[in-house]
Amino acid sequence: MSVFESLRLSLHANGGVLALAGVMLFLPFLLTSDFHYRVIAVVWIFSLAVVGLNILMGHTGVVSLGHGGFVGLGAYSVAVGPVLLGIPVWLSLLVGVLLGGFLALLIGKPLLRLKGHYLAAATLGFGILVFMLFSNEVRWTGGPDGMSVKRLNLFGWEVRGAQTWYWVGAGVLLVGAWMARNLERSPTGRALQAIHGSEVAAAITGVDVAGYKLIAFVLSALYATAAGAMMALMNGHVTPGIGDFLVSLQLLTMVVLGGMGSLLGAVVGAALLLVLPQFLTVVHDYEHAFIGLILIVCMIFLRSGIVPTLHARFRKYQ
Amino acid sequence: MSGPLTAVLEVRDLVIEFGGVRALDGVSFHARKGQVLSVIGPNGAGKTTLFNVVSGIYRANAGQVLLAGQEVAGQPPHILARRGLSRTFQNLQIFFQMSVIENVMVGRHVHEGRNLLAHLCGLRSVGRQNAATREQALRLLDRVGLAAHADRPAASMAYGALKRLEIARALAIEPLVLMLDEPAAGCNPRETAELDEIIQDIARSGITVVLVEHNIRLIMKISDHIVVLNYGRKLSEGTAAEVSCDAKVVEAYLGTVDTQAGVVSVVGA
Amino acid sequence: MSEFLQFILAGMTVGAIYSVVALGFTMVFNASGVVNFAQGEFVMLGGMLTVYGLALGMPYSVAALFAVVATSLISVALYDFAIRPARGAPVYALIIITVGASILIRGLTKIAFGTGPRDLPPLLGDEPVRVAGAVILPQSMLVIASTLAIYLCLWLLLQKTLLGHAVVASANNRMAAQMVGIDVDVMTRFSFSLSAAIGAFSGILISPITLVSYDMGTMLALKGFAAAILGGMGSPLGAILGGVLVGLSEAMSAGYLSSQYKDATAFVIIILVLFVFPNGLVGKSGHERV
Repeated sequence: MSVFESLRLSLHANGGVLALAGVMLFLPFLLTSDFHYRVIAVVWIFSLAVVGLNILMGHTGVVSLGHGGFVGLGAYSVAVGPVLLGIPVWLSLLVGVLLGGFLALLIGKPLLRLKGHYLAAATLGFGILVFMLFSNEVRWTGGPDGMSVKRLNLFGWEVRGAQTWYWVGAGVLLVGAWMARNLERSPTGRALQAIHGSEVAAAITGVDVAGYKLIAFVLSALYATAAGAMMALMNGHVTPGIGDFLVSLQLLTMVVLGGMGSLLGAVVGAALLLVLPQFLTVVHDYEHAFIGLILIVCMIFLRSGIVPTLHARFRKYQ
Repeated sequence: MSGPLTAVLEVRDLVIEFGGVRALDGVSFHARKGQVLSVIGPNGAGKTTLFNVVSGIYRANAGQVLLAGQEVAGQPPHILARRGLSRTFQNLQIFFQMSVIENVMVGRHVHEGRNLLAHLCGLRSVGRQNAATREQALRLLDRVGLAAHADRPAASMAYGALKRLEIARALAIEPLVLMLDEPAAGCNPRETAELDEIIQDIARSGITVVLVEHNIRLIMKISDHIVVLNYGRKLSEGTAAEVSCDAKVVEAYLGTVDTQAGVVSVVGA
Repeated sequence: MSEFLQFILAGMTVGAIYSVVALGFTMVFNASGVVNFAQGEFVMLGGMLTVYGLALGMPYSVAALFAVVATSLISVALYDFAIRPARGAPVYALIIITVGASILIRGLTKIAFGTGPRDLPPLLGDEPVRVAGAVILPQSMLVIASTLAIYLCLWLLLQKTLLGHAVVASANNRMAAQMVGIDVDVMTRFSFSLSAAIGAFSGILISPITLVSYDMGTMLALKGFAAAILGGMGSPLGAILGGVLVGLSEAMSAGYLSSQYKDATAFVIIILVLFVFPNGLVGKSGHERV
């Protein structure tokens, strides 16, 4: 295989990630204020959680209505760690993410034995329980008013500011997306897709269905927890709202809108749902109704989501 | 003369009940290496149930299943796959959103590495693994005559091709025993002839083939041994010639023998 | 002792509402195989639309009737515009659709009526009644009594009338029902509207006690769902029992453990029940046919 062949194949394989990197590099030419940078930084951070949720939903068909719980866990870890345990912020971040993964491992095993509506309801229950914990334990978490979050300090560099977080968020998202892309093209990725196609056939072919669902669940939890931590670090403040039902719904809607199983779709979904309200301020008040409508319309008319549908149309014309 | 001692697959006194009805009532048989064993019987005799029990989808109420001499009853399907048991489905369980070759690549799962971290980081070893898996999958597709369609979406393939695809996927495991659940169902004579070839080729390579089929002509032609089920019980077993002359079988499945007129008239299915 | 009785009464009151939501779930599930996450919103709408009617100057009974009818129509619209077009869709799609519908209704209510809780006047006065050392509001007694009445009427309807039989038949075997001339779509619509009607009705009755706000639907849906799966999804009697159990557990844990986490009780129940009985206490387990 010539150098060009291998390069072309590599490009094809990583096209999505490269396109994303391209957008990240050139977008700043369009952004003119700190506020703009901030909005996009939030898009990058949310996209990270959506990429993770996509690994779960896009392949295993598990509908999680409670991933906000992991986001909240990540956020409160970086808030509570330095204050209550006296550990540096970066360590709190690490511990928080690992905690999210560990929690997912713990509850995932029994949770994933459930199917369909029962599973969805159980995830919703989980999300709300976590939210209640953060709201009620005022001693530790400051209750409904929340608490302030120390800034992340890496080797003397204090990570703050909209532009900084634009790049940090973009970088982390890129790494996350790259890992998700690698996963897709691996035996694990194929196993997950097989589960999506037919659980019985996957099992008969040697795929440990329960085990892989758990892996997908834990991975999605890690991504969501990391995203929550970054949100809190960027804002410098955290309230229980960061992990409430609405956040779970937003994540769900972003996956559905952008495209289940599609990496680029995750970012598109996040971008649409976060950026659009900025342009149509009226949408902000109508957020619930808006989300509800999108969910219904997408499931009926655009079940694969925006990016896969466009991709399929594009392929038809080739 | 080899008996149960050299059996690759042995089923002993298998019983399964569904809400009071005994779908399998003490079924026993065994299959040797490289043998083509067919299970026949009227609809509702328990053939697919037998398959589902042996392949770990249902749990038997009593009895044993031995694979290469090891007790495997009650093990989940993916463990059985690792032990060398694979099967196809009556109603096609294809991964439709994947391509033809990707379907077969999934079949190689039991032989692939499972290092999650390596997968996430896209290490070179994973790339090499993928290439090797793809090559093996291609070879299997070639064996069933589907190599030309490797990258087409599975959903775009014809019914007969999908049946062969399932076989290729099942072969990817490198099984000891391959169970085929009505592979010829819905196939035209040409497709059935192709299937005939494929099955005989598989048996020649040393894999034990256990077959459920209604196509009597195919059964009679390729089976080394036939087991006849009726109402969850074994009615008869033996070679094609032995079974087709067994009066019980003829009456239950093929029709009654009108001894006076000396003619076999087919009554029922 | 009187404290204990107090908790029992409180538990039965909320339990009655959960029972009705659970009944709604069961009805719709039996009719269409869909678990309608929007069920809780119907209870909310009952109360909210009655408030609206009263604000428009309607007398209480007219406002209540208006609320019940409007909610039923909304439910039918949900079926026709969101669920029927997605017939045969995979489970995850149906889940997302009903969740979306629930959020949509919630969102529209927020836009129309704002976020503040609304009040409805009690029907039998607000003088608490003394029962063996405990107190109960007359409205609470009304809630409990009406729930029993609803169940009884439903039972009579489904078991003793031709219409009821047609509904049950359609739920059981769609094609067979169609072949004997039953318009299955009409039956399904009927189930949807009925489930919404009883939800709305209960909502009107509970609002004088708990107030009604745009976001009460989610919690109600979850607790009603907990009740439904506790009793076994698909079993009307199970729905009633489940509702009572959830209500009692909630009241007990609020009284003896922590009132802050009383809402968590239902979720703990969901989690416990599903882990021990993945198909509910009364429901059936199925084999996937391959």
